[in-house]
Amino acid sequence: MKNKNIIAKLKISNLRGRGGANFPTHAKWQMFADANSKKKYIVANGSEGEPNVLKDGYILKNHPEVLIEGLKIALDTFKGSEAFIFLRRDYFKKYKKKLEKLIGDLPITVFREHGGYLSGEETVLCEEIEKNLPARPRTKPPFPGQAGINGLPTLINNIETFYQIAKIAQGKYKKTRLYSITGKASYKGVFELPVDWAIKKILTKTKNKPEFKYFVQVGGGASGDILLASETTQKVSGSGAIVIYDRDQTDAWVLMRTWIDFFMQENCDKCTPCREGSYRILEMIKDRQFDEKRLDDLFFVLENTSYCALGRSIPLPFRSLIKKILPHTRN
Amino acid sequence: MPKNISIFINNKKYSAEIGQSVLDVAKKNNIYITTLCHHPDIKVQGSCRLCLVEIKGRKGLFTSCNTQAENGMRISTESKNISRAKQTNLELIFSEHCEECGDCIYSQDCTILDFAKKYDVKITKYEDRKKAYPVHKFGPALEFDTSKCIDCGLCVDVCKKEGVDFLEYKKKGKFYEVCPSSKKDKDCIYCGQCLTHCPVGAFEGVGEFEDVDKYIDAKGKTVVFQFAPSIRSSIGEEFGMPVGSVVTGKLIAAIKALGIEHVFDVCVGADMTTMEEATELIERFEDDRPLPMFTSCCPAWVKYVEFYRPDLIPSLTTVKSPQVIMGGLIKTYWAQKMNINPKDIIVVGIMPCVAKKYEIERSQNNVGKFKSVDQILTTRELAHLLRKKKIDLATIKPDSAKSPLLKPSGAGVIYGSSGGVMESALRAAYKKMTNKRMPKLNLKEVRGIHGFKKAEIKIADKTLKVGVVNGIANAKKLLEELEKDPQAYDYVEVMACFGGCIGGGGQPVPVNDEIRKKRSAALYNLDTKKVARSADENPIIKKMYKDFFNDDKNRHSVCHTSYRKKKKEVFPSK
Repeated sequence: MKNKNIIAKLKISNLRGRGGANFPTHAKWQMFADANSKKKYIVANGSEGEPNVLKDGYILKNHPEVLIEGLKIALDTFKGSEAFIFLRRDYFKKYKKKLEKLIGDLPITVFREHGGYLSGEETVLCEEIEKNLPARPRTKPPFPGQAGINGLPTLINNIETFYQIAKIAQGKYKKTRLYSITGKASYKGVFELPVDWAIKKILTKTKNKPEFKYFVQVGGGASGDILLASETTQKVSGSGAIVIYDRDQTDAWVLMRTWIDFFMQENCDKCTPCREGSYRILEMIKDRQFDEKRLDDLFFVLENTSYCALGRSIPLPFRSLIKKILPHTRN
Repeated sequence: MPKNISIFINNKKYSAEIGQSVLDVAKKNNIYITTLCHHPDIKVQGSCRLCLVEIKGRKGLFTSCNTQAENGMRISTESKNISRAKQTNLELIFSEHCEECGDCIYSQDCTILDFAKKYDVKITKYEDRKKAYPVHKFGPALEFDTSKCIDCGLCVDVCKKEGVDFLEYKKKGKFYEVCPSSKKDKDCIYCGQCLTHCPVGAFEGVGEFEDVDKYIDAKGKTVVFQFAPSIRSSIGEEFGMPVGSVVTGKLIAAIKALGIEHVFDVCVGADMTTMEEATELIERFEDDRPLPMFTSCCPAWVKYVEFYRPDLIPSLTTVKSPQVIMGGLIKTYWAQKMNINPKDIIVVGIMPCVAKKYEIERSQNNVGKFKSVDQILTTRELAHLLRKKKIDLATIKPDSAKSPLLKPSGAGVIYGSSGGVMESALRAAYKKMTNKRMPKLNLKEVRGIHGFKKAEIKIADKTLKVGVVNGIANAKKLLEELEKDPQAYDYVEVMACFGGCIGGGGQPVPVNDEIRKKRSAALYNLDTKKVARSADENPIIKKMYKDFFNDDKNRHSVCHTSYRKKKKEVFPSK
């Protein structure tokens, strides 16, 4: 009964995954509930590897008991399961002891991530927990909900998702999400505000609306879309990051360099377009000159033929920066 | 759910099974889809991103290797977008592959060059990213030129499947590279499966192909060639002959056409191995010495034992491998008969194997003061040499092979296939123990390309429990069984390569189970046609025991070896 109850509540709440993919949480839980297996795994994903995304760390620091409560609900719902809190290395170092104290006798293991950004990808996370290193993404399907860690059904939700699940169960969910605001902000930090607020409203409310000409990167600090001030009537997507840039002071080439360096450092080098394509983009950025046809072909294979979402997501911020900001950058 | 479904590829309907990938269905129906990282031996990699297709009703491109066939799915294998993506990905693949086409194991048939032509690829569009990348040397057996590696991952996975797990990914700067392990407790066993599974020739045997004619015209020397059992059913592939063609006579004729007067069949050496090994098996059985006894014909297995499991050394038969015995016989028995000083004889072995390049360097394999064998050429290297000298194996008239040292028993021939050593030794042991020919000569239980075979064989009043494995991973499974039950086996044959020597690291590429089956079947077919089916029935073996091995010193020097614990010898180069 309890099982049905929470999934129904999740459905009513319309909670969507806060890791960035925006997948309806109730559907994920239902799929996991339907998977036929005696043993199952539950994972709170605290890999949080993208630059300028800080919200999971904020929960670990300020509300770890709510996270544990969220996990407890999952463990109660799926009896006999075992859980992990999967943490990036610095979070693990900082919060392991505190979490273990809160965990007590619960079947929850605090797990230290091995890799970086990509480790947050669900199948890579499973590989890491299985200790198949260096971990690389698996083919989907099967999805982890069907066959994850050790081939068993695995429910993976972001730390913030578990935090909100606890609130939903307690009837305290106010349709909010955690926004990480960084960059040229007056008040950097994590703010919990309604999910449906426009970027502009969030910036105003947090006293971060710049006086200067600005643009923002929204969703994630590397893979997020670039929006001009005039476009800030949109809502925030992805993992809830807003990075503020000074439009006149930002060198688009330097910014692109930080992104491509990040993707090249963090990708797994498994597939041709992501490994070699990103390198060839780096080469052009170094020269501060794009061969447009070549770049277009590289974007095409990244978007259409990359093995996992990391490679597929690379072109988006570049495309939008090149269109909106690069023309104003002096070469 | 229906077990059988149908899908449409380029508007034609094909039946498929649930669980099959689109690529599997296409391959089965001879629809060609370009791919580099797909090998039927290995789980799907999905790394090269060339096997692209479109699916009606779905946006974008899909890799057919990891897209499961669904009922009613409509697939296109060619479109403007597919060509564009393949062309770009191929340009990127070429950007990490430094070409050295003249000295490549794929010089005759290069997949990526074919693709380049098909998709109008400018192979030099990008500067080579890996031009300063290192060459790793794996002992005297193998080389891995990482400036040719396209990061497909097949070598890493085949090494894992082999049960050795010596190749691994290491992050250097921004990139992961395939690297030999620097861990103290890991070493290469030289099986060469990485080589036969690499789609672009990043691995090669040491000396391949630059040393192929090193000894051909050696002045003042008698250069002789000997060829391994499994060569006769594989080298034809190098000359466009159907897989499984038996070319023994042609092979001898082709070697003679190189100007080599004396050619020997290592199967005769195998017959000698069989005789000695059967004797040792019976002795061990009767004297309560450690059982099971393990075969030692496979140098990669021997290396595995000496490095990873030195505790098993007392269980390895002390009998040398066929090529080492044959080389030893040439430099002793034959040299005496021919009145040639053994120091003036150069023995070149044609082997299906790169580990044999290592085996001949083991001083324990010397015969007296001399190396038993002086140089190893793989099947591929001999083919290269023949082509270089414009000798076409396909059209050459077979030699009639009159010399008794070219006349093995059927048992000697099947050594080339997994289970062959076991079957040969059992035939001879049966004869020795009962003085009768084994009534059922074809031991089907130990044949075939399966990785792990078991049988119980009755000889006189004894029942022999035998195990036959190929691939070290299967040997490990068998060793685990032995941990639990030390009496589980009396005699075990181990070959490192899948299917045995017919699937060896020196054999023609590509290789897969279909090819292994045909190469193997050809050897068993030869066996059934021989009058002498067991080593003890071979007249030259009987003669050598009478005339030469009546002196135990000779027998020991030619036929027996020893083993010792090894330290790691392969390290990544800087």
